[in-house]
Amino acid sequence: MPDTLHRPHPAAASPTRRHIVQGLGTGAAALAVSSITPAQAAADQTGAASRASDAATPARPGSSSAPDAPRFFSPEQFAFLCAACERIFPADASGPGALALGVPHFIDQQMDTPWGRGELWYMQGPHRTDAPANLGYQLPYSPQQIYKIGLTGVIAWVRQTHQAAFETLTPDVQDTILTALEQNATQFAGQPALSPVPLPASTFFEQLRSDTIEGAFADPLHGGNRHLAGWVMMGFPGARGDYMDWVDRYDTPYPYGPVSITGERAEHD
Amino acid sequence: MTDKTLPPVDVVVVGSGWAGSIMAKELCEAGLSVVMLERGQRRSTARDGAYPSSLDELEGAVRYKLFQNPAQTTVTVRNRMDQEAVPYRRLAAFLPGAGVGGAGLHWTGVHFRAPPQDLRLRSHITERYGRTFIPEGMNLQDYGVTYAELEPFFDKAEKVFGTSGEAYTVNGKTTGKGNVFAPDRSDDFPLPALRDVYTAHLFRHAAAEAGYHPYAMPAANASQPYTNPYGAQMGPCNFCGYCSDYACYMYAKASPNVNIMPALRRHENFTLRSNAHVLKVLLDSTGKKATGVVYQDAEGNQITQPAGLVILAAFQFHNVHLMLLSGIGKAYDPVSNTGTVGRNFTYQNITNSTVWMPPTRSTDQFIGSAGGVAIDDFNSDNFDHGPLGFIGGSPLWVNQAGVKPIAGAKAHTPGVPRWGSAWKKAAIETYRHSFTINAQGSNMAYRDVYLDLDPTWRTSYGQPMLRMTFDWKDNDIRMNRYVISQLANVVKALGAQDVQYGMREPGKPFDVREYQTTHLCGGAVMGDDPKTSALNRYLQSWDVPNVFVVGANAFPQGMGYNPTGLVAALAYWSAHHIRTQWLKGNGGPLVAL
Repeated sequence: MPDTLHRPHPAAASPTRRHIVQGLGTGAAALAVSSITPAQAAADQTGAASRASDAATPARPGSSSAPDAPRFFSPEQFAFLCAACERIFPADASGPGALALGVPHFIDQQMDTPWGRGELWYMQGPHRTDAPANLGYQLPYSPQQIYKIGLTGVIAWVRQTHQAAFETLTPDVQDTILTALEQNATQFAGQPALSPVPLPASTFFEQLRSDTIEGAFADPLHGGNRHLAGWVMMGFPGARGDYMDWVDRYDTPYPYGPVSITGERAEHD
Repeated sequence: MTDKTLPPVDVVVVGSGWAGSIMAKELCEAGLSVVMLERGQRRSTARDGAYPSSLDELEGAVRYKLFQNPAQTTVTVRNRMDQEAVPYRRLAAFLPGAGVGGAGLHWTGVHFRAPPQDLRLRSHITERYGRTFIPEGMNLQDYGVTYAELEPFFDKAEKVFGTSGEAYTVNGKTTGKGNVFAPDRSDDFPLPALRDVYTAHLFRHAAAEAGYHPYAMPAANASQPYTNPYGAQMGPCNFCGYCSDYACYMYAKASPNVNIMPALRRHENFTLRSNAHVLKVLLDSTGKKATGVVYQDAEGNQITQPAGLVILAAFQFHNVHLMLLSGIGKAYDPVSNTGTVGRNFTYQNITNSTVWMPPTRSTDQFIGSAGGVAIDDFNSDNFDHGPLGFIGGSPLWVNQAGVKPIAGAKAHTPGVPRWGSAWKKAAIETYRHSFTINAQGSNMAYRDVYLDLDPTWRTSYGQPMLRMTFDWKDNDIRMNRYVISQLANVVKALGAQDVQYGMREPGKPFDVREYQTTHLCGGAVMGDDPKTSALNRYLQSWDVPNVFVVGANAFPQGMGYNPTGLVAALAYWSAHHIRTQWLKGNGGPLVAL
């Protein structure tokens, strides 16, 4: 369970948000809400900064709270995942990295979804894995299976080539390994129970990169983007859902920080 | 599994998107009993567009909540006839909808009329440039219907959709605003244009400075509160930026669910069945008359619904698929160049260019609507193609429908690393200070670009999948590259810090892995000649006259504009002729063979 769900949400007491949430059953209600939104949104904002300060301490690199144990990944796999995500999306001058944002937990949580189980992809054979790349993904593996095969393979590959676990290597060496995966320097054996088709290292890397980005910037209710720090970094106001008053103020920077679907707020950068 | 046959009805409508909803409404008004079959689930704006839970980029745009699930049914794709097509396993290049409202629930809302010359493109090109201007292998065709004939139906659709825009002329009188290339109108837009967001404002001024003719894009996003002729209410767009891929929580974006369904449900002669996947249209022993459809329900039962009139109004390629599976019309064969079902399959030729403003300027890409600013100076035949030697064109526009951070961060900048600190910094700078200019271009039809049934893969219903054979052709690649070269004049006037032109590369095949557009067209096109069109000018099957096939499948070639405005007008046009002619006749062809 992501910790954002357990914290009290000051914004939940805001009459504006509650009104909007309850008020949209019909077109007529939509009209009523829109007519009050600009004024109330402004009033709502007056207290936003002070409320935000007790809502959350913005995450800092390396200060993430004790993570929950992963549900899908083994501890060894999760250690690789944490280290690799942090190199793909490192804590740096631009802002927090994947660990502080909860990205590995996001990925763990996504494995137990219809998407993770491959229920949103056409999975029937035959699988022409030698088809031209521009005709798209043709492997027989679901996201869960890409991670299982990829992590088993990459952990063994790193042990073999570096006689150590990925997470114990220096960032430079880790980057070299990730670059090799990106450039498809190896492939990982399929699992006999599933398919003998090997998984190209680049397929595993691209899945990891894509999911890391999603974990950094998806709504925090999915387990990543902790404390909305991904959105603050990007300059995205989140689920505000109303820019009626800002459409054509061309010389005024948009002043408000992000808000999440559950009503969590972050201070603007 | 229980097989059963239901009592007959007057009309069965396959699909609940714009085309199906319009046809069902018109035929219910005519007093017919109508059953609408939707393969997806029930959807409503109240539930699927609820605020704030629907403002979820992961669910909406990344996991494709409102879209077709390829696990149930998809297509196979290849570039050339000598290749084996393989399944489109993960959604990416195009995103058909599923569920009540169809793609009309998750579209952006860009709402154009067709340029008059596009509706008679073969005739127009022949008249202006000569017949030899049409390249060998290009199936350039007329629609068989003119702008003047469709005008009342474009007008009706805009009033139902609550479309915001600026007219150039109304009944011949110039308004001083709007698109100088737009055809005359019998009435103004029902609502004034949406305001320009900052990036559209920049584009408008730069385009004018470059000597072009910028105008506010027509959008079925209400710029003010609106009640349509059916009594459906729309709220004003608040530029929340969740247009494309989402149901609009403001009830500001037109959808079948908001603009037609509430009125349709009040007809006692209307029935909607969701989770009803139509497997085929049933024909009588002559093969010239449809007797109904058979569909599979959520429990796996195969159910026969007899009907006197069958309207196929599913998504473009599902309509073609159903015709092929049912044996309606003759399947197209590119080798012998015979048959019409599957012929003239087209797409849309879109490339995106990115402009970076100085770091002191925030482009606020999260603000968005279906509006924006466009120029048509290089669309359609608004410029002299004679010296250029290609057919077709492309509007250029800033249509900022709200860029969310996952999409923003995944957008790749050539020359920048794809991960790590350098990438992260560039992704943030790009999100904050860049914007996108789209060139959404026409796509011509070719003899070896078509749809047929795949010999290998099957849908989850056990039927052969539809196979797409598609690639970019020289004419269309050169058109895109020419238009993008002209975009440089606008970019010069923008005061931009940097620009990356998105341009089609010769030799680079159609790639299913990146989103391009869901504007797939053709495959069962309308026209005046049964040898080159599957449908007559009223969208009636030449072969089975109690089957009408409504949607972008009817476009003989892909145009530069978004298809929905023309789909809606054609639906009203077809329904009008069913009501005024077909129902009063003997159920035969509306155009004599």
